[in-house]
Amino acid sequence: MTTNTRTTSGTSRPRHANRKPGGHGERLVQWTFVLPMMLFLLLFFCYPVLRNLTMSFQEWTVASFYEGGSPFVGLDNYIALVTDPIFGRAVLNTALFTTGSLLFQFVIGLGLAVFFQRRFPLSGTLRGLMLLPWLLPLVVSGAVFRWIYDEGFGVLNQLLLGLHLISDPIPWLSSTQYALTSAIIANIWVGVPFNLVILHSGLQAVPASLYEAAALDGAGPWQRFRMITLPLLRPVIAIVLMLGLIYTLKVFDMIMILTGGGPANASETLTTWSFALSFEEFDFGQGAAVGNLLIVIALVFALLYLRSIRNTFSSQGERG
Amino acid sequence: MVTFGLALLLVTAGCTGGVSSRPADVVVELDHYTSAEAGRQFRSVLDRCAERFGLRIRRQNVPVDQLMPKVLRDATAHSLPDLLFVDNPDLKTVAKTGALTELSQYGLSGEGFYPGIVEAGSYRGKLYGLAPGVNGLALFYNRTMFERAGLEPPETWQEMRSAAGELTEGSTHGIAFSALASEEGSWQFEPFLWSNGGSLDSLDSRRSVQALEFWAGLVEDGLASRSVVNWNQNDVIDRFAGGNAAMMINGSWSLSSLDDSGVDYGIVTLPTPSTDIAPKVPLGGEVGAIPETTPERQRDAARVLGCMLERDNMLDWTSDHAYVPARTKVAEQYAADRPVMKPFVEEVATGRARTAELGPRYREVSQGLADAIQATIAGSTSPREALERAARIAANAD
Repeated sequence: MTTNTRTTSGTSRPRHANRKPGGHGERLVQWTFVLPMMLFLLLFFCYPVLRNLTMSFQEWTVASFYEGGSPFVGLDNYIALVTDPIFGRAVLNTALFTTGSLLFQFVIGLGLAVFFQRRFPLSGTLRGLMLLPWLLPLVVSGAVFRWIYDEGFGVLNQLLLGLHLISDPIPWLSSTQYALTSAIIANIWVGVPFNLVILHSGLQAVPASLYEAAALDGAGPWQRFRMITLPLLRPVIAIVLMLGLIYTLKVFDMIMILTGGGPANASETLTTWSFALSFEEFDFGQGAAVGNLLIVIALVFALLYLRSIRNTFSSQGERG
Repeated sequence: MVTFGLALLLVTAGCTGGVSSRPADVVVELDHYTSAEAGRQFRSVLDRCAERFGLRIRRQNVPVDQLMPKVLRDATAHSLPDLLFVDNPDLKTVAKTGALTELSQYGLSGEGFYPGIVEAGSYRGKLYGLAPGVNGLALFYNRTMFERAGLEPPETWQEMRSAAGELTEGSTHGIAFSALASEEGSWQFEPFLWSNGGSLDSLDSRRSVQALEFWAGLVEDGLASRSVVNWNQNDVIDRFAGGNAAMMINGSWSLSSLDDSGVDYGIVTLPTPSTDIAPKVPLGGEVGAIPETTPERQRDAARVLGCMLERDNMLDWTSDHAYVPARTKVAEQYAADRPVMKPFVEEVATGRARTAELGPRYREVSQGLADAIQATIAGSTSPREALERAARIAANAD
């Protein structure tokens, strides 16, 4: 990140020098644009993150709130977390939830994007309709899915029973076996439009002449997809996956509404566990520690993301 | 004229805008009665009491799961409300922070109240909270279904089980309850745990395990839906009101929605292992407490709380709210006037505070218990294993 800013300021300096060295007035104007943003970041981003960090090294109980006594306990909170039987479960669930959601969101999104690349009647309208899941508040989607999944009255079981695909209703949300999968399926449905939109706009940038030329050379649809679409779409794919990953890591509402992390922690992820620790068990130190863990994981991928867009831009620069 | 009006506006705005320096005659109150009806009823008793002392009430209410986080946040900023109504098992947690004042200093005492209620409002032998009314659980049964099958309302576990078995048919389950992974799940199971001689302090004991075996067996044998692990008590009301459950375990607050549904129902006290054992229900409901603010504001809040605890106000509020009055004498009169509330009143007499055994440790143990219930019902663990794990959590709770 630091190198990035350095290069930009490096390129802009000569331009300034050509004109006239920026006087005090210009500096002031520049600062008035930057200052509100910096204040905002400090107040609403840096402070909470630092606070969360210090909190995770303290023993924060209910008494700490009123009397303010919250002794530093070093790594105790983290040790307690790692030795908690729920920890392994939550990490595994988070990984399963994230990769499962991401994989299917992407594959389905890409399929639909390629499908909508062709022009046919109502394609615009249909594409607009595909956006609906994305526009709905998650609370609404969650509530609807709760109803769809209901063991006795849910649409899904009725449908499967009617088609004679199953003989007994499946306890989608009420068995430890299916709960996580059910949450993942609901989340895939929510995430497909995002993938569709970004990938579709990426496809628009692929020159049609390439396909024509390939067709003349005798390339079939699969070959065209593999040799033209995929390589040219690669930068967009990197962005979609990276953003999707960061979003999915912190999904909270969907799981909370569907299962609340249950039954018996079967769908507990790091986010729901952090909530439970802080606001149900009032162990704010441990809750903060889980939160920090999530921040670190997200940060790693965010850095990878920044790297990838930088590479994209520089490679585009070379090409152009 | 216009400028004068503007000036007047500014002056009045300036007067009401002084939030930080609150005039002494306003009592700030916080509760979680978010439903329109319950809120209105509570408000009317509050206002009546405030009026008597020339006070005004600024009422805040938040959804039940946000109340404790809000209390803790307010505690950090030392801006707690003057009068606070918290769920009774949380009282000891708030008292532990040192934010509450003892009620005896305002001349309020638990004399004449049910001992379980006084226990729920006490922390380390001192009284910090009192409530005008409490609630408990009972067994609701669908009278039409019972009559058609020629059944009597059950008194023992065995009778309840066999009645549930006979009435389970198609999409109708014999019984419905909540086994949510939160306080609601523990609270619904506790009467069965306690009346079997189990205890929150020894969750891995034989009697505790037996109780969970019975509870989970209802689901395992298909007498209750497996979805109970996702149902809160309102979902349970919906199933019962929709005729999809022949019996349900629920509280008196569900009366008003049941009366609207048109189901013909009866209520009996919760079944116990045998007829010579009285049901031991956990006491539910909220207790009023007075946080440490300033002497004047504490005094004003105490006046309002004291007024709410008076016989007539207590009677008014509890009958509107379908709660049981917290004073024994008032409750007896109340049960005589309202037969439908009789089972609840009977149970409150033998009911116990959830925090009686564990104090502020209750919350953590209750969460462990709810997880154990879920683990058993959702079918991944045996009752013994699940409760042994819960007992280990209980032993480490602080």
